Amino acid sequence: MTVTTLSAQGLACRRGDRILFRGLDFALQAGEALHLAGPNGVGKSSLIRILAGLREAYAGTVERQGALALLDERPALDGHLPLGQALDFWRRIDRAQPQHAAPPPTTTGGRADPFGLDDLLDVPVRYLSTGQRKRAGLARLAASGAAIWLLDEPLNGLDAHWALAAQAAIAAHLAAGGLALIASHQPLTLDHLRTLALAEYAA
Amino acid sequence: MIRTLGVIFRRDLAILLRGAMGRGGAVLPLLFFLAVAMLYPFAVGPDARLLARTGAGVIWVAALLAAILPLDRLVEPDVEAGFFDQWALRGISEEALVLVRIAAHWLSFGVPLLLAAPLSAGLLSLDAGQLATVELGLLLGTPGLAAIGVTIAALTAGLRAGSALGGLLAIPLTVPLLIFGAGSLQPGGEGGLGLLAACSLAALAIAPFAGGGAIRAGRESG
Repeated sequence: MTVTTLSAQGLACRRGDRILFRGLDFALQAGEALHLAGPNGVGKSSLIRILAGLREAYAGTVERQGALALLDERPALDGHLPLGQALDFWRRIDRAQPQHAAPPPTTTGGRADPFGLDDLLDVPVRYLSTGQRKRAGLARLAASGAAIWLLDEPLNGLDAHWALAAQAAIAAHLAAGGLALIASHQPLTLDHLRTLALAEYAA
Repeated sequence: MIRTLGVIFRRDLAILLRGAMGRGGAVLPLLFFLAVAMLYPFAVGPDARLLARTGAGVIWVAALLAAILPLDRLVEPDVEAGFFDQWALRGISEEALVLVRIAAHWLSFGVPLLLAAPLSAGLLSLDAGQLATVELGLLLGTPGLAAIGVTIAALTAGLRAGSALGGLLAIPLTVPLLIFGAGSLQPGGEGGLGLLAACSLAALAIAPFAGGGAIRAGRESG
């Protein structure tokens, strides 16, 4: 089993001429999850994008070992395609990527269809509701086989039942040796969950 | 990596050919290209000699304007939907993605124009020799038009007035292709084809880096 870690040292983020946070340190090992909490505008999404390598940190460094997967408010699925084909596009890409080769079945918690999408596979993505789209994004994430999950508001738009299912999927991912960083303003019930209140690092 | 890019190329091509999610597909620029050739004789009259003398230039102007039509849908929807971010997470470089998109764009816009050019030539009373030069010119010039188009689409993705700005940017950048392409049809203008090919190659060489850099820069500012 390869080592999976994600850590940050002295991370700072600037947006425009405003420093959102500074001096942020954390380290996550396989099986651990970090709940990123804080009010709107505190920099949760910016931090996730920095960790994903999509944004430069104003200061500090990020170290990671393991492949990344990101879920944000955009599912990156083709709206005109049936959901099955849209998900299949990413499956084909991820299968061709060597670092994503970890077998995904463990991350679905042993259930064949943890996000209840089987009945929706023929429906074009643009007809899906917000919650269904979020579940499709979670399915894309789980199927990627990446060890590090970066989740930006993964429970937004999900009803109580699917919010629990999403957390069960995250728990299964952690149990399978993955790690997760979850930005959410909703309470999470996960084992091995630490909470990082981003507002404490506000500059 | 090649297999990954193959999967992406097939998706790009399917979307650009068929049109989806507000993208017009390959049909609209093609109809536009033919419509210009159809309308021009109505405007200047049916004099075959006049048409034959000016028609090749009209074909080039039509090709250039047809290239501008799909600009705002070439890159923007995929930036908006998060595709480029997801590709970046998987370590796929923006330069490779832009190159793939240029190839798909050329196949969905350049090749249909090449196929439609004989029809345009007939409407404009061009003779076989002129048609051959037009076809050769379009074959050399449309890859450059596709490269410039994708670069501009990447630069303007996410800007509020992106589509209008894209059209404005495209005109000066494509003027050299128009001058050498249409110029190659003048008597003794065969050298224009070589210069046309050179412009096209230069655009193709620069586009992946300019377009890739533009997509990354757009991400930083977001």
